[in-house]
Amino acid sequence: MQDLEKLQKKMRPAMVEGDHSLGSVSDKIGDVTLKKRTPFFWFVGFGIAFMIAQCLLMTTTWLLAKGVGIWGNNQPIGWAFPIINFVWWIGIGHAGTLISAILLLLNQKWRTSINRFAEAMTLFAVACAGMFPLLHTGRPWLAVYWLFPIPNTMGIWPQFRSPLIWDVFAVSTYATVSLLFWYVGLIPDFATLRDRAKSKYFRFVYAALCWGWRGSARHWHRYEIAYLILAGLSTPLVLSVHSIVSLDFSVSQVPGWHATIFPPYFVAGAIFAGFAMVLILCIPLRILYNMKDLITETHLIYMGKVMLATGLIVVYGYAMEAFFAWYSASPTELFMIRNRIWEGPYWMFYWMLIFCNGISIQFLWFKRFRESPFWLFVISIIVSIGMWLERFVIIITSLSRDFLPSSWGMFSPTVFDITMFLGTIGFFFSLIFLFVRFVPIISIFEVRTLLPEANVHGHQQDFEENVVEIEETYDRTDPPNS
Amino acid sequence: MFADFDMSKKIYGIMAEFDTATEMVDAANEIRLAGYTKTDAFSPFPLHEIDEALGIKRSILPYLIFAGGITGLLTALGLVYFVHVLDYPIIVGGRPYFSLPSFIPPMFELTILFSAGTAVFGMLFLNGLPSPYHPVFNVPRFALATREKFFVLIEAEDPNYDYEVTRKFMESLKAQEVFDVPE
Repeated sequence: MQDLEKLQKKMRPAMVEGDHSLGSVSDKIGDVTLKKRTPFFWFVGFGIAFMIAQCLLMTTTWLLAKGVGIWGNNQPIGWAFPIINFVWWIGIGHAGTLISAILLLLNQKWRTSINRFAEAMTLFAVACAGMFPLLHTGRPWLAVYWLFPIPNTMGIWPQFRSPLIWDVFAVSTYATVSLLFWYVGLIPDFATLRDRAKSKYFRFVYAALCWGWRGSARHWHRYEIAYLILAGLSTPLVLSVHSIVSLDFSVSQVPGWHATIFPPYFVAGAIFAGFAMVLILCIPLRILYNMKDLITETHLIYMGKVMLATGLIVVYGYAMEAFFAWYSASPTELFMIRNRIWEGPYWMFYWMLIFCNGISIQFLWFKRFRESPFWLFVISIIVSIGMWLERFVIIITSLSRDFLPSSWGMFSPTVFDITMFLGTIGFFFSLIFLFVRFVPIISIFEVRTLLPEANVHGHQQDFEENVVEIEETYDRTDPPNS
Repeated sequence: MFADFDMSKKIYGIMAEFDTATEMVDAANEIRLAGYTKTDAFSPFPLHEIDEALGIKRSILPYLIFAGGITGLLTALGLVYFVHVLDYPIIVGGRPYFSLPSFIPPMFELTILFSAGTAVFGMLFLNGLPSPYHPVFNVPRFALATREKFFVLIEAEDPNYDYEVTRKFMESLKAQEVFDVPE
């Protein structure tokens, strides 16, 4: 019987640990938002992030005054840091939708306590990403004529056959749908906060934010339909967004970009980078806010496994890039890969990339690293750097050595390239800190459904079903005559 | 709170509070079997069993969302057709004016955008939200409906409603407490 319990625990690890009831989870998560005293570490963290965010403000001001010439982009490398950072941020955004939509459709209960801040992370990452193409136009107030379907004074429209305009549609749809999804998830939780808030002011604010939600059965019925369909819509959407981002490259003819493997390889890379960022955020968060019973080690281990799986797909992508270059027998492709790996001036970055994305994740095969939050955190940071290097390698090495040696060139970033990128990191973390303070960081009503109280007539019946299922497995794993 | 409650004042309905979801679903079943139709239940999380217990019909929302998606698809198709075939035809990359394959990404994205918008705003609209005021909020204990308690309600507009009878019936349901909901 003890073995049976052990096996049950292994097969269905508890997603909520400790002694929780419907009321106690509401208090625990709601109090982070409602309590008056802001913890000291919040001020320190927000202060640092906000200071770094000022780099963005200063760089943008100078950029608008002087133009994009303050960056290092120049022929032949017209696409440099801005597009690298754009793709990096957009990729990070993907894990949020993956967790909230795809894992919902797959009925993965462990998504419940991490989906809220993964979705917030998506929104903020997409906000950071969107700034780069917009500011890359140099005159963002005129960009509506280039980005949105509005004819200019000559009557010419944006070109719908171009991946760049597909990108505008994909990213803006993604941002909007992610916001809707996030907000819909928040409505019942805002109602909980409204009913718990002591100050009249906050009660009013949360009442407005939850649109007068009262938890009626008829409302829940439509709510669940809407939520499920949103998940169904977000799933192809999230796969389309990074596919379309990858088409920005692969539709062109530049060696190293013109590859059919790009869409799936970019999507896997996006999920890989996104899970790394979710881990970077949730490992400190669960310690600082004492949420270890809601974001358990099981959650971290699962995320580590997803990171390992998607990372291996990405490594497969690197191998295939080299293989296709050889198999194509195209001299320019062959030259590109030789140049990228050992002959070119940027070879070092390629090997740094292989170390970060290929080698560092191999440690996740081992329980010792997978089950240690510290090592997961370290590997996640390495992976985030690696994913940035991946875009650097793809973009810079390909553009610096194209078909004609006469048009070869080198790229080096200016200080403004670096402050702009740093600034978005500060901006991202400032928003994360504000989110943690003002919005419930875990979906309260979804965590309630994980508790045994959520089962109607269910305790006994459900338990019996579990036991039958587990006993069957137990029989199968046991040698027949023992 | 209810000391000065005037019985002659109109009431919106009668509400019963339960401690567990199972008790509420059982009560809702009995309410349906007793012939009440203008009913509702309130819970801190979605409960599938309650739809059956109260006889809630499947919402038309999915059809609205489908219509929203088709609208998005046609909007995008109309837009690219107008731009590249009617208003300013120009040959790019040797492709025909109406080069459908390269128009698929914007069409796909607008389909998703319009259906997602319909899903969210359609849900809120069909739910009658925003509704900053609702009579059920007049019951002070109702604040727990978003936390840990479960409530069922029979509205006064129900054809079978009769204050004395309905109140007695509600009290027979093993509820924690039964409330009159003032209008």
